[in-house]
Amino acid sequence: MTIDRRKFLHQSSALGAAAALGPSIYASTARAADEIEVGVLFSLTGGLSIVEKSLADATLMAIAEINAAGGVMGKMIKPVVEDGASDPKTYNEKASKLVIRDRVPTVFGSYTSASRKAVLPVFEKRRNMYFYPTYYEGFECSKNVVYTGAVPNQQLSNFIPWIIENLGKKKFFIVGSNYIYPREMAKVCKILIEQGGAEWVADEYLELGHSEWGAMVSKIKDSGCDVVLSNVVGSSVVAFYREFKNQGLTHDKLPICATVTSEIEIAAMGAEFAAGSYTSFPYFQAIDTENNKAFIDRYRSYVEDDTAVTHHALESSYFQVFLWKQAVEKAGEATPDAIREGVKGQVFEAPNGTVTIDPENLHAYLTPRIAQWGGDGQGTIIDEYPEPIQPLPYVAYGETGDNLFCKASGLDTSKL
Amino acid sequence: MSEILFIGLSLSSILLLIALGLSITYGAMGVINMAHGELVMIGAYTAVMAGIYLGMNLFFALPLAFLMSGMVGLLIERLVIRRLYGRIIDTLLATWGVAILLQQAIRLEFGLAFFDIHIDGLGPGLQNMAVPAFLTQPFDFAGMTIQPYRSFIIVLTLLLTMLTWWLMYRTSIGMQVRAIMRNPQMAAACGIDVRRVSALTFAYGSGLAGVAGVLLAGFKTVQPDMGASVVVDGFLVVVVGGVGSLFGTLAAAGLLGQLNGSVAVLTNDILARAVVFGVVILLILWRPNGLFSFRSR
Repeated sequence: MTIDRRKFLHQSSALGAAAALGPSIYASTARAADEIEVGVLFSLTGGLSIVEKSLADATLMAIAEINAAGGVMGKMIKPVVEDGASDPKTYNEKASKLVIRDRVPTVFGSYTSASRKAVLPVFEKRRNMYFYPTYYEGFECSKNVVYTGAVPNQQLSNFIPWIIENLGKKKFFIVGSNYIYPREMAKVCKILIEQGGAEWVADEYLELGHSEWGAMVSKIKDSGCDVVLSNVVGSSVVAFYREFKNQGLTHDKLPICATVTSEIEIAAMGAEFAAGSYTSFPYFQAIDTENNKAFIDRYRSYVEDDTAVTHHALESSYFQVFLWKQAVEKAGEATPDAIREGVKGQVFEAPNGTVTIDPENLHAYLTPRIAQWGGDGQGTIIDEYPEPIQPLPYVAYGETGDNLFCKASGLDTSKL
Repeated sequence: MSEILFIGLSLSSILLLIALGLSITYGAMGVINMAHGELVMIGAYTAVMAGIYLGMNLFFALPLAFLMSGMVGLLIERLVIRRLYGRIIDTLLATWGVAILLQQAIRLEFGLAFFDIHIDGLGPGLQNMAVPAFLTQPFDFAGMTIQPYRSFIIVLTLLLTMLTWWLMYRTSIGMQVRAIMRNPQMAAACGIDVRRVSALTFAYGSGLAGVAGVLLAGFKTVQPDMGASVVVDGFLVVVVGGVGSLFGTLAAAGLLGQLNGSVAVLTNDILARAVVFGVVILLILWRPNGLFSFRSR
């Protein structure tokens, strides 16, 4: 049996006229004039839900706060929440649903690079906008994504020179999980280590989720290194720090300097295993400003948990909604193209300080900070940049502030 | 050199710990228990909860986790597996389903999460078990650095292996188990209560999984899906060792652990994993029934 497409369309529109189709299916066509719908796409189930649930909460909290203060141009923001289920394929389907059926002008979402890469074609093909809150490996230049997490130069360009000068370390052991983010981070590390006049003795990887660190830690012990630079991700972090201590290594002699270990991982491993180690992020829960303390209080009461921790990607999830709001107000309309133009150069006072969206590459200016972890699971900020620094997503390939690879006109591939 | 041996030995002991329970449930009873990893997970959660609510350290959590996982195992046997003996593919699917149910029960806090009731220590998050300080401080002994926690695992695994061997080969119930392994109908004809013995055997194997869970919780993240990766390693060891052979399981765990450890130290962990799987494939091609096997069932 074949269905003639025109006849099918004709029949279904006739059905539509007869109001046989429920309003829920075509909700967006019945959208109230005083509402703007946006997509919120994180994993609410599956292995990544532990982190992504908190990102979704922070996004929804920001939307609730904006609505309570009168909304955007007098319109309420209505979140359409979808579950990516920790699966890139599901992410792609849900993104299509949000863009095509719900016709939202923007989606806030993704934690892993895998899920971002999975939805990217949807947003580029449909010319929609995606706001991505997580620190990531760079090497991406899309007109359809606003990146509000750190790129490698914002986590490492302060960190490596600081380790060499202030800790006096000269021999780096680079260790990471075996996928794109740690490998790209390692490239940037090596450039910076060599610039600083130090050396790296090893660059080793373990499978993502691997929890048997005996051999690796023993190698670290025998390598003669005096500092460990860790790009280890996820639950492996816990096993790594625990094994590190079990083999008798201490952070005062051989510190782990990490780019991914955040408040969440510290809570999961038990604070005593990380006490004395270092992490570099633009945001820590320990930032001692009124703005941040109020943010933590609001978040805790929003999720009804007095001990909830805040972290970098969560904070970005929160402030990027405000940047979006400002972009819509500047543009005067909530269409993807208007939002892209409107978000360029937007400034917002976020809990971590002033953030600005770079008009060329749509990444955020952020302030790099280094914290040392204490026995209570909180960091003490021991170094921070005086001002936010420019995001350079292609820094591993030689990008500098005067020689941008990624511009508003697109990626200059001749420079790669 | 001694260091490489020690790493291999500690890897072996963990493999053996996981495979020990499995070699009994799979080896002796012909049940492909996909929920074995979840029984390990329940053991780990028992340790976490015992720490939070009863203030118990790891040593008291060990027998508690043995009982807990053993009871859950007994329940699974009574409700599901009992009806599926002899249908090996069906047990695989059924126990896989049980595994998913158990995972979600922990993740949803037994369903209470729907009513906004939260239990500390459960839920989708990462948990950890505190390890007593004297087990994390390495010390020097006879020119070697001793890692107390790893050594503790090795010693306990050996004790459990000896206990299991004693139960299987020196007690009357062990003799009944071995009779059932060889030929259940004949064993029943000789007056052995096959159902009761099988249930007890399954509970014992599950209890061992619980003990493994407590020890793993000392250096691994405790989370609802921690069992999934564990069960693969367990089956690897049991299949290579030979189904139903305790000695085979011991030998296979030793072999694969040392292989993994030495390749990992000499090259890297990713290659080590590949080499282990390569060797397992070759071994199975060479001896389809495992290194030490006998004809049964």
